[in-house]
Amino acid sequence: MRLGLLGKKLGMTQIFTETEVIPVTVIQVGPCTVLQKKTPDRDKYEAIQLGFLDKKETRCTKPERGHFESAGVTPKKVVQEIRLEPGEVDQFEVGQELRADVFHVGDFVDVSGTSKGKGFQGVMKRHNFSGFEQTHGTHEYFRHGGSIGCRLTPGRVWKGKRMAGQMGNRSVTVQNLEVCRVDAERNIVMVKGAVPGAPNGYVTVYQAKKRKARPAAN
Amino acid sequence: MNAIIQQLERESLPEESGLTFRIGDTVRVAVKVREGEKVRIQNFEGVVIRIRRGLNRTTFTVRKVSYGVGVERIFPLYSPNIESITVKSRARVRRAKLYYLRKRFGRAAKLKDIRFR
Repeated sequence: MRLGLLGKKLGMTQIFTETEVIPVTVIQVGPCTVLQKKTPDRDKYEAIQLGFLDKKETRCTKPERGHFESAGVTPKKVVQEIRLEPGEVDQFEVGQELRADVFHVGDFVDVSGTSKGKGFQGVMKRHNFSGFEQTHGTHEYFRHGGSIGCRLTPGRVWKGKRMAGQMGNRSVTVQNLEVCRVDAERNIVMVKGAVPGAPNGYVTVYQAKKRKARPAAN
Repeated sequence: MNAIIQQLERESLPEESGLTFRIGDTVRVAVKVREGEKVRIQNFEGVVIRIRRGLNRTTFTVRKVSYGVGVERIFPLYSPNIESITVKSRARVRRAKLYYLRKRFGRAAKLKDIRFR
């Protein structure tokens, strides 16, 4: 099973082991409430719908309120589905609370979030193009991308040609981050390295897709 | 900064925490050097020219002139690789950061000593 929990990036700090200093991101993970179960009979796939962080009831639309009421929980700010493998949805109950202790020290996790928005950027910043010479007669052509294609063949610009445009503010996943500390009481998980987005951004922390936990050494 | 992170950092401070030295002090930092299995102590002695405060992220910079070449090393104050920090002498300085020492060599780089009790 590849369980994921909703969380909030709190920021970065350092922790010390016996031999080294580790840069870590502090993420508040959960408590997440199971709002709904998607079952094969009804929905043709399996997933749990999680809610994270309370919000005021007056902030809900009527349909939203009904949805939260049928789960018997307070309204939530962030609602997201976590896909599950066939048969796994039975392990969860509606109204069940999932906390940070689903993760353990030494586990690897994938963290998804929305990257910091950089606005409309040129090719040098967005795609690491090198631009043009600053001297030797370059005229009004310092940060351009150069040619974008040929002539009659193919007679158009290739799809996916890297050009200027919106940079950042898109969904980004960082894989295989090591869990360094878990504080179940405060629902805090510290992962080694950086995580997409700004502090206070919402992230989803999944059990790693590709890498298994390291056997407990320390 | 986030209040929870500050709280976590405060909790991670060792019991007897805090700076035992000041800007302008000449200190000897005993650094653990790992060579394979063996751990050796290496001393680095020089003047503290910078302290960057921030709970457990505090770092300080020590400058010395070695064979005519200025050498600076930045240590995290709570680094597990620091065995001890001893103050050798103190000096009267009027700046929080002694970057001006980088431009001076020889006698000009000498700081006025103060006797420490």
